[in-house]
Amino acid sequence: MKKELTNKENFVKGLIKENPVFVLLLGLCPTLGVTTSAFNGFGMGMATLFVLLMSNLVISLIRNFIPQKVRIPSFIVVIASFVTVVDLTMAGFTPGLHEQLGLFIPLIVVNCIVLGRAEAFASKHNLMSSMVDGLGMGVGFTFALTLLGGIREVLGNLSLFGLKFLEADGMLLFILAPGAFIALGLIIGFFEWRNAKS
Amino acid sequence: MAEQRPSSFINMLLTLALVTLASAVALGYVYSWTKGPIEAARLAKQLRAINKVLGIYDNDPITEASQIQGMVEDDSLTVYPGFQGGELSGVAIRTYSNKGYTTRIWVMAGFAPDGSIKDVEVLEHKETPGLGSKLSLPAFKDQYIGLNPGANDIRVTKDGGEIDAISGATISSRAMSEAIQLAYDSYNSNKE
Repeated sequence: MKKELTNKENFVKGLIKENPVFVLLLGLCPTLGVTTSAFNGFGMGMATLFVLLMSNLVISLIRNFIPQKVRIPSFIVVIASFVTVVDLTMAGFTPGLHEQLGLFIPLIVVNCIVLGRAEAFASKHNLMSSMVDGLGMGVGFTFALTLLGGIREVLGNLSLFGLKFLEADGMLLFILAPGAFIALGLIIGFFEWRNAKS
Repeated sequence: MAEQRPSSFINMLLTLALVTLASAVALGYVYSWTKGPIEAARLAKQLRAINKVLGIYDNDPITEASQIQGMVEDDSLTVYPGFQGGELSGVAIRTYSNKGYTTRIWVMAGFAPDGSIKDVEVLEHKETPGLGSKLSLPAFKDQYIGLNPGANDIRVTKDGGEIDAISGATISSRAMSEAIQLAYDSYNSNKE
């Protein structure tokens, strides 16, 4: 039997060592799409964190009842349900944020992190480790999106979390799609360099 | 680590039926729970927009609202009239454009009785976050205030008009101008 990670190691791995965006390179579609500002990145990260945590929880609970051959469709139904819950709740209670992220919320369903963690982790581990894994990965994802959104907002709009610190036009390129690729590429490069050194 | 159950036709069928049933029940519950707040948020936004674009009024524009025939397609627009002491103080028109980057853009446009624009508010859009979504920022939409679509050309400068388009979002800017022009034209043609 493989050595089980402690809860702390399990949680921390999602932040840096197995960061979903910068190291595992999962879920890049919403990453590139929504990170036009730090706040959008943070909001999307939190929505994904909730879906990850809840789907890991439920899938870990039902993992022994699901026959091998229909596990993927079952997982997808669970994930899609939680995404719809997030979508409806945000539309009802945080209409402002929902307006900004509305397009991307349904895309959480096809975000490979969520299904990836369900298949690779929650379907094989107990409730506690699955929740810790979901939480760690979710926080790592939120961190990555907020960082990327922050960098793009600072360079592209000269503001951070909506607060403008310089009255001038930024480099529009960083708000547009190519800027997302450039910024993400540089961050991934940094993580690779750091991992290679240690 | 627990072994996953072997698959047989019956247990696959039962499992999927159970999982989807549980999901349907849960979603039905969440839907009925959020239906009220979602509708309330939409109406509150609409009321705020009417409030803002009409300026001063002492009647209830929502109960006095009427439908007018749109100029372009068969769709009708909603007109919310504002009265101050029995005099018409302005009209708010819920208008739209299909020329946006994605889906239809809904705009609330307010006009003074002489036809000049009092204010505009974006109600619903699905434009790109960070680009087309700047439609609702004052830096862009306040350009329309005071212009009269009958006398001024409210198209974007690229098309020969007076409105500076948002950089990176000319299509969204054009759609905004088109929606306001549609409101003006439809209202005038219905008045005659």
